[in-house]
Amino acid sequence: MDVSISAKNVNLYYGDHHVLKDVSFDMNSKMVTALIGPSGCGKSSFLRCLNRMNDFIRGARVEADIRMRGKDIYARDTDVISLRRDVGMVFQKPNPFPMSIYDNVAYGPRLHGIRDKDKLDEIVETSIKGAALWDEVKDKLQASGLGLSGGQQQRLCIARAIATRPDVVLMDEPTSALDPLATAKIEELIRQLKESFTVVIVTHNMQQAARISDYTAFFLLGDLVEYGVTAEMFTNPKDKRTEDYITGRFG
Amino acid sequence: MSFVLWGSAAFLVLLVLAILLYILANGWESLSWEFLTQPPRDQMTKGGISTPLVGTIQLVIVSISFALPVGVATGLFFAEYSSGGIFTNGLRLAIRCLAGVPSVVFGLFGLSLFVVLMKFGSCLLSAGLTLACLALPLIVTASEQAFLAVPKEYRDGSYALGATKWQTIYKVVLPAAMPTIVTGAILSIGRVAGETAPIIFTGAAFFTPGFATSLFDEVMALPYHILVLATAGTHITETRPIQYGTVLVLLVLVLGVSFVGVYLRNRFRKTSRV
Repeated sequence: MDVSISAKNVNLYYGDHHVLKDVSFDMNSKMVTALIGPSGCGKSSFLRCLNRMNDFIRGARVEADIRMRGKDIYARDTDVISLRRDVGMVFQKPNPFPMSIYDNVAYGPRLHGIRDKDKLDEIVETSIKGAALWDEVKDKLQASGLGLSGGQQQRLCIARAIATRPDVVLMDEPTSALDPLATAKIEELIRQLKESFTVVIVTHNMQQAARISDYTAFFLLGDLVEYGVTAEMFTNPKDKRTEDYITGRFG
Repeated sequence: MSFVLWGSAAFLVLLVLAILLYILANGWESLSWEFLTQPPRDQMTKGGISTPLVGTIQLVIVSISFALPVGVATGLFFAEYSSGGIFTNGLRLAIRCLAGVPSVVFGLFGLSLFVVLMKFGSCLLSAGLTLACLALPLIVTASEQAFLAVPKEYRDGSYALGATKWQTIYKVVLPAAMPTIVTGAILSIGRVAGETAPIIFTGAAFFTPGFATSLFDEVMALPYHILVLATAGTHITETRPIQYGTVLVLLVLVLGVSFVGVYLRNRFRKTSRV
């Protein structure tokens, strides 16, 4: 099993608040790893460590050994810009830019120097197809991204994230703002995405984790309580707290 | 209660209409193509207002050329780069104070700094720069508000794709802030075009034979022309129709600029709809 991201001894502080306590586990390549746990347990904070988006939070301090492609992403000489190119992120609330659909998807590639129109056309088409959105927007690529429905906007954001051909796609509760139909479409999309990308998804919805993930990590108050193959964890949890959470004794 | 509110609104509308109609009625007869394209002659009792009209346009262009980049950059600094320390707060206080300074004080300041100290002399450049100081607080405030109004989600999305702070600003934040910044610029044009006191000492002339052809020439200007016709000179009553005509042209100019600004802002809104 190829490991895409290896996290060891991840400690995160917001000021004095110890948000993540010595978290260690691996995320496997071309698999979907779900991070579950009650509100405030640190799962979104952990996700943001993987593409160093926590750097933007004042007072945040990370002490960790997180390796992608064998390199420590918190090393002093890390090129954070290319890290974020290789690790895509989709946010909870769809956030397309106030630009055309085409420009939204082309944004990432253009940032990293791709200017050739034919190449951009190809990347845009591939990415939008990869996000299962092509049939719905192929005739209106110049229309504003903001004119799409919520579910379509989120798929546009996914297309935008995969346009830079990342290795990993991080998703922070991508369907919690969407209706069930749109949610189902995105879950189906995630099943397809893992053929090309490693997916790490934070979800509040346990059933969703059970539906779409291969591995699950259960967080509680900053600790990693349990990590394992999803099917096993949901039928045979090793830790009592995991069992209590999964069976709904607390949430 | 609603009667009082309706009454106040109606009073305001009537007041504006009254002013506009009065000016229109008295100035209409002076309007013609010649009025706009001929310079004043015969001690301004005849002829047109081409020189003050062009002068006002030149003053607006010079002042906005300085005020817009400096104002937007300052607004950007406040919104994106400052950390709330004593320098930032001091600067913000200074801008607020600047907004309240009477325009004649700007005129004296411009006289001391641009005309005398920097030796530009009384000219288009000095007057334009003085007007720029007047416009700055408006543009800084509008820009800062525009940048702060851009949702955090856009910035997050941009950073997550591997953009630097500067790329995020000029590719996402600045375009999204454009409508509000344009509105601020338009408002300041309206203010600048109608000001008299800042330009009297710094570059406006009673009469120039032709248009200003360099930044160091003096200019005529519409608001100053109105003042001159109405108070100085020897033919105040004879020039009355021309005075009204000039006022009408100035009003149309300012309103026209505002309408263009609103149109542009709405067009920006269509593609940058938040």
